[in-house]
Amino acid sequence: MSINRRNFFKVLGVTGATIALGQEAQAKSASEEVTEFKAILYDSTRCVGCQTCEFSCAEAHNLPAPEDFPEVGVIRKTSEKRRTVVNAYDTSAGEVYVKRQCMHCNHPACGAACLTQAMQKTKEGPVIWREDKCMGCRYCMISCPFDVPKFEYNSPNPKITKCNMCFERQQEGKLPACVENCPGEALVFGTRRELIAEARRRIVENPDAYYPHIYGENEAGGTSFLYLSPVPFEEIGFSTTIQNASYPALTKGFLYSVPAVFVLVPSVLLGIHKATKSNLDKNNQHD
Amino acid sequence: MTSSAFPLKKEKRSVWRFLLSELKPRGKWITPFNVISIPVMLVGAAIIIIRFINGIGAVSNVNQDIPWGVWKGFNVITGVAFAGGAYILTFVVYVLKVEKFHSIVRVTVLNGFLAYVFYAGALVLDLGKPWNIFNPIIGNNFGANSVLFLVAWHFLLYIIAQAIEFSPAVAEWLNARRAHKILSGLTLGAVIFGITLSTLHQSGLGALFLMAKEKIHPLWYSEFIPLLFLMSSVFAGLSMVIFEGSISERVFADQITSENKKQRKDIILILSRVCAFSMFVYLFMQILVFAHGHRWEYINTPMGYWFLIEIFGFVVLPMLLFLLSFKRANIMLAKVAAVFTILGIILNRLNVSIIAFRWDAAVHYVPSWMEIVVAVSIIFVEIWIFRWVINRLPVLRESPSWAKNKHA
Ligand code: SF4
Ligand code: SF4
Repeated sequence: MSINRRNFFKVLGVTGATIALGQEAQAKSASEEVTEFKAILYDSTRCVGCQTCEFSCAEAHNLPAPEDFPEVGVIRKTSEKRRTVVNAYDTSAGEVYVKRQCMHCNHPACGAACLTQAMQKTKEGPVIWREDKCMGCRYCMISCPFDVPKFEYNSPNPKITKCNMCFERQQEGKLPACVENCPGEALVFGTRRELIAEARRRIVENPDAYYPHIYGENEAGGTSFLYLSPVPFEEIGFSTTIQNASYPALTKGFLYSVPAVFVLVPSVLLGIHKATKSNLDKNNQHD
Repeated sequence: MTSSAFPLKKEKRSVWRFLLSELKPRGKWITPFNVISIPVMLVGAAIIIIRFINGIGAVSNVNQDIPWGVWKGFNVITGVAFAGGAYILTFVVYVLKVEKFHSIVRVTVLNGFLAYVFYAGALVLDLGKPWNIFNPIIGNNFGANSVLFLVAWHFLLYIIAQAIEFSPAVAEWLNARRAHKILSGLTLGAVIFGITLSTLHQSGLGALFLMAKEKIHPLWYSEFIPLLFLMSSVFAGLSMVIFEGSISERVFADQITSENKKQRKDIILILSRVCAFSMFVYLFMQILVFAHGHRWEYINTPMGYWFLIEIFGFVVLPMLLFLLSFKRANIMLAKVAAVFTILGIILNRLNVSIIAFRWDAAVHYVPSWMEIVVAVSIIFVEIWIFRWVINRLPVLRESPSWAKNKHA
C-alpha cells in the first residue's frame, strides 16, 4: 500500500514536473533520487553469448538447465521453466547477443493488474510474485507489455513464474545469480541512478560502439533492467511500440471515475425516480 | 401444481416437505433439450474434474501468449454483456416507471442473476489457484489499483443486488407474506445500487484490456473500450431479452396470460427501437474512435476486413433490421435482428479478448473441444436451473393475488 501511494505521488510529481519543465526525461530522473531502486545494466556489446547467466539462473531457482543455445534466426523464449534467455541477432554491427527477462518496471503493469497484490514492486526495485497471494487469474500476463509472466498450465497448483531479480539473494546481501557469474561483465548491479549514469558515461566515452539510447530509461515509464546496444533496438528484437508513459497510467482515468460514478449515478437515478413518481401520483389523482 | 397449493401452516416440517417436493423434476423427461444437454453436461463435469487434477493445460489450449480463452472471453466477458438487459429493464420499470415492461422485468432479473452466478463459476474454473480467491475479498490483500479487483467486487455486489431484486418472487413462492413486504421494500435501493454497479462493471470489463495497449490489434484497442463496452451492453442485453423472450413464449406458453402475450408484441417493438437507437450511438462512437485513431491504414488487411465484417454485418445490418421492424411493426424482423446483434456481440467480445489479442502471436489460440464442452455445459446448467425456477416460482406467470399491487 505504501508503495502504491508513493507511486501515486510520484506519478503526480512527474506529471507536475513535466508540465513545469516540459521535459519528461529530466523529471523522471529527478523522481528516481527519492526511490533509489536497485537495477541491472546489461551491455550487449560485452555479452559473448556464453549462457552462464541462463545456467546460474536455472541453478538458483531449481529449474532445468538449458539444452539449446543462442542461434541467429531462432527466437528462444522464456517459459515457466526458464526465466531468462540469450538470443543471437544478425545486425548491421554483426552478431549481437541479447539477454531477455522481466524488465522490473518502475510502475509495473503486472502489479497494477494484480487484484491480490501477489505481483508486487518491492521498494528495493525487483518486481516479485508471492505464491500465497496469487489466485492464478493471469491478468498479469494479459497486462505485461513485454509478455513476461508465465503460467504453469500443467500443474494443479500452478505458479506464475518470472525473473524476480533474485530477490531472496538480494535480501541476503548477495548479487543476482546472473550478475555474479557473468564472465564478460556484461551485467552490472547497482542503484538505478548509478547505472543510468554509468550507461551514459559509456555512450559518451565510446560513441562509436553504442547506439545512443538506454533502453529502459524511459520505456514503460522506466524499468530496473537497462540495456545498451551497438545497434538500434528494433534490430535486436525489442518492441518499438512500447510507450514511454507507465502502463498503469492507462487505467487511471477509469479508476478515478469510479467514485464519481458512485456518487453521481445513484443521485441521478433517485432524482428521476422522484420525478416519475410524482408524475404518476398526479396522474393517479386525475383518474 | 402451483405454489398456492402449499398449505398455510408454518411448521418447519411441512416447509421441508414442500421444498423436497419442489425439487422433484416436472414434466416429460425425454425432450430434445434434455437429450442433448444431459450428455454434454456429464462430459463437461468429467472435463472439469480432469482440469482440477492435471491443471488447466490438460483440457484447454490457452497458452503463454494468450492466457485467457473461451471461459473468460465467452462465458465471462460476453455473457455479462448479455446479462445487461437486467439493469436496463430495472431502470425502465423501477426508475422511469414504465409499467408496460413489468411483465418481463422479473424474468430478465432472474436471467441476469443466474448469468452472473454461473459466469462467476466459469471464472473460478479458470483460476489457477481458486482457493486464494478469498484474498481479494476478505481484505487481507486488496489490489485496489487493479481493474480486475473492481470488476470482481462489483460482480459480487451485483449478484447480491439482483438476489434482492428477485427475492419477492421467492417470498411469493414460499407464501411468506411478511418477508415479501420487507423484501419488496428493498427493491428500489437494490435497483439503484445495481444499475450503478452495472455501468461500472460493464465498462470495467472493457477497462481490463486498457493496459494491453500494444497487444490488441489497433482496430479494437482504444482508450474508449470501456465506453464502447458499456454502450454495446445496452443493445446486447435487450437483444437477449427479445431472443430469450421469444423462446420462453413457446416453451412456457402455459405460464403467460393472454393479456401479457399481447403486451409482449408491444414490448418487443419498443425494445427494437431502443436497440436501434443505442446501436446508432455505438456506431457513431466507433466512427469517432476510428477517425481519432487514424485507423485507415489497417483497413486493407485481413484484420481490417474482419473488422468491417463485425461493424457492417453485425452492427449496421441489425440496426437497420431493428429500424425496419418497428417501422413495419414486424416482430419476426426484430427477432432476426436480435439474433444478428447477439452474434455481433459475441464476435466483438471475442475479438477484443481473444482474436485480436496478440493477433501477431506465433501460435494462435484455438479453443480445444473440451473447453467448448465446458463453456456450453455452463450455459446448459444455467438453463436447467432457469427452467426449474420458471416452473415453480411466479416469474413469468402472475404473482399470487395477495402479492399483487405490492410491487415497488
Ligand atoms: S516486464 Fe512485465 S512482468 Fe516484468 S515488471 Fe514489467 S510488467 Fe511486470
Ligand atoms: S495471476 Fe496471480 S499474480 Fe497474476 S494478476 Fe492474477 S493473482 Fe496476480
